Amino acid sequence: MTTPVQTPDATSALPPTQTDANNQALLQVRGLKKYFPITQGILFQKKVADVKAVDGVSFDVHPGETLGLVGESGCGKSTTGRTILQLYRPTEGQVIFRGKDLAQLKSEDLRKMRSDMQMIFQDPYASLNPRMTVGDIVAEPLEVHNIVKGKEKKERVQELLQIVGLNPYFINRYPHEFSGGQRQRIGIARALAVNPDFIVCDEPISALDVSIQAQIINLLEELQERFGLTYLFIAHDLSVVRHISDRVAVMYLGKIVELTDSKALYENPLHPYTRALLSAVPIPDPLIEEKRERIILVGDVPSPVNPPKGCRFHTRCPLAIPICKEVAPEWRDVGNGHFVECHVV
Amino acid sequence: MSNVLLDVRNLRTEFVTQDGVVHAVNGVTFQVDEGETLGLVGESGSGKSVSMLTVMRLIPMPPGRIPSGEVVFQGQDLLKLSTEEMRQVRGNKVAMVFQDPMTSLNPVLTIGTQITEALELHMGMNKDQARKRAVELLKMVNIPEAERRLDDYPHQFSGGMRQRVMIAMGLSCSPQLLIADEPTTALDVTIQAQITDIVKRLKHELGMAIIWITHDLGVIAGLADRINVMYSGYIVETAHTKELFANPLHPYTVGLLGSIPRLDQGKKEKLTPIEGLPPDLVNLPTGCPFYDRCTFRTQKCLEENPPLMSVGVKHWSACWNYEAVREKRDEILRRTVAPPVAA
Repeated sequence: MTTPVQTPDATSALPPTQTDANNQALLQVRGLKKYFPITQGILFQKKVADVKAVDGVSFDVHPGETLGLVGESGCGKSTTGRTILQLYRPTEGQVIFRGKDLAQLKSEDLRKMRSDMQMIFQDPYASLNPRMTVGDIVAEPLEVHNIVKGKEKKERVQELLQIVGLNPYFINRYPHEFSGGQRQRIGIARALAVNPDFIVCDEPISALDVSIQAQIINLLEELQERFGLTYLFIAHDLSVVRHISDRVAVMYLGKIVELTDSKALYENPLHPYTRALLSAVPIPDPLIEEKRERIILVGDVPSPVNPPKGCRFHTRCPLAIPICKEVAPEWRDVGNGHFVECHVV
Repeated sequence: MSNVLLDVRNLRTEFVTQDGVVHAVNGVTFQVDEGETLGLVGESGSGKSVSMLTVMRLIPMPPGRIPSGEVVFQGQDLLKLSTEEMRQVRGNKVAMVFQDPMTSLNPVLTIGTQITEALELHMGMNKDQARKRAVELLKMVNIPEAERRLDDYPHQFSGGMRQRVMIAMGLSCSPQLLIADEPTTALDVTIQAQITDIVKRLKHELGMAIIWITHDLGVIAGLADRINVMYSGYIVETAHTKELFANPLHPYTVGLLGSIPRLDQGKKEKLTPIEGLPPDLVNLPTGCPFYDRCTFRTQKCLEENPPLMSVGVKHWSACWNYEAVREKRDEILRRTVAPPVAA
């Protein structure tokens, strides 16, 4: 559909990462960095520093899987998602989707690629244009990508609404007439309109009530099965991520500190940050809560403008040893596709 | 347990709006004992915050109005107090910590000024005494370099730190009752763990009662002695924490428990969501407010709204069909073995 863009062989000359032996990743992210400049001055703005929102992350996403990306606010998980979709252009690094480096694509080629990759946003109140009807919102990607026109378009929109569990007669209504959960369904229908293979779900349920969250989680799982979708599921809620993901990556201050399949992550967490994060998640059972030992981290996440030298977590780490302050740990495989970045484990 | 500290009876709160009267709280009755932690659980619009704002007399009137109810605190009906008398109670004997630490602190005053305000007002302290006490309070909530930080402004604190400042302010006059309105909802889990840890410790040290409002069943499981589950302005189930989790007897409570993924459960079969939406608070049904979304509903539910009925030891549920719920809930909750019912 587009002229192939010349990219140098993408995977060579890169630091070793968790590429599988059979290497059939749908998406390969390599050394991805996104810095936002901090400027000073009114007329002649000069850059004084960078917010290192994402500072060198590498991972693969396999077709049909759900990769969970968890971390606390400000760790760069949403920026990672947006940089992958080129909503922010990366400062450095590669995003290889089906063999093409998206970071090198020009705008027109990129626009065409967008029909394969979509996004579901966190806030269903802010991500739908209040002046457009639901029909127009869902039809917009169909028009932009010239997929269907006229009567067919209307049918397709109605079909999409039905797929996400909304009444197809709603097409002439406006977003404010819907509840949060219904709006999130509209956002999902819009993402599905172009038949994407890969969807970045950026905290799709955080803004919803508990009983509605389960409806949306189930819908996302159904759609994945039905259309063979691949998800990058970004969330701060580890219980939800455990439920929906095949593999999970844990982010801290712009870096992925641990990545493994979700069973291993929850049963055998290796990184001290992952352990603390897991122990902090409350479990809705008073009998279990009574017996649990919490690892309470001291202090707050340091600023991403000046991340700590050495291991970024050393300022809060209960296991830190002298080397952690000096040398950044390497990203290494400890077996069975379990990756961790820590000196101690 | 011990003496009743707060006794709320048949409390109703309504708001007159253009679209009609919003029935936010529809006759809730409950008590809080001295030193007890009561959890108030429900989704947005269930009336949990509004009922507590009514207790604190913080509902703007109009558009709000309180057609009925008593809020007896230490033998005094707070709803009958004059504005001036209420001011003596609020922040002094009963204090409230709000959800959003970003917006509930005044951005143009140092946090020292904001903490000492209540101390000078209620405790009759002079500036130096108040400042000394403020430092103690900040130390109590684990804020490092407390003395220096008193002169900082709210924007110089992180979210978790601000929430601690809010708690310190709430505790400043050693209240007998602290109402915490979703105090950890805006925070990350590691910070949430820090805050709940502090609150548990302080509760133990100071012996105050706490009403903890939340939508997160996980947080409340580790904190509360007793839980009220609210839906559409009604309390639909109330029981001791262990009893409620082991033996939920209202379809809504069962639905809530079934719809949350748990960290200690793997990628299993599907969650059981509660289908549909909560009812419109302007046009509440005459029958049970949960009727539309309930899987246990019968004709009677449509006709008559169930009152809270005693269904166990200190356990009440507002459901006509609680026996059916008892039989079928383990299936909904994907439980293989029912946990032992706590005494």
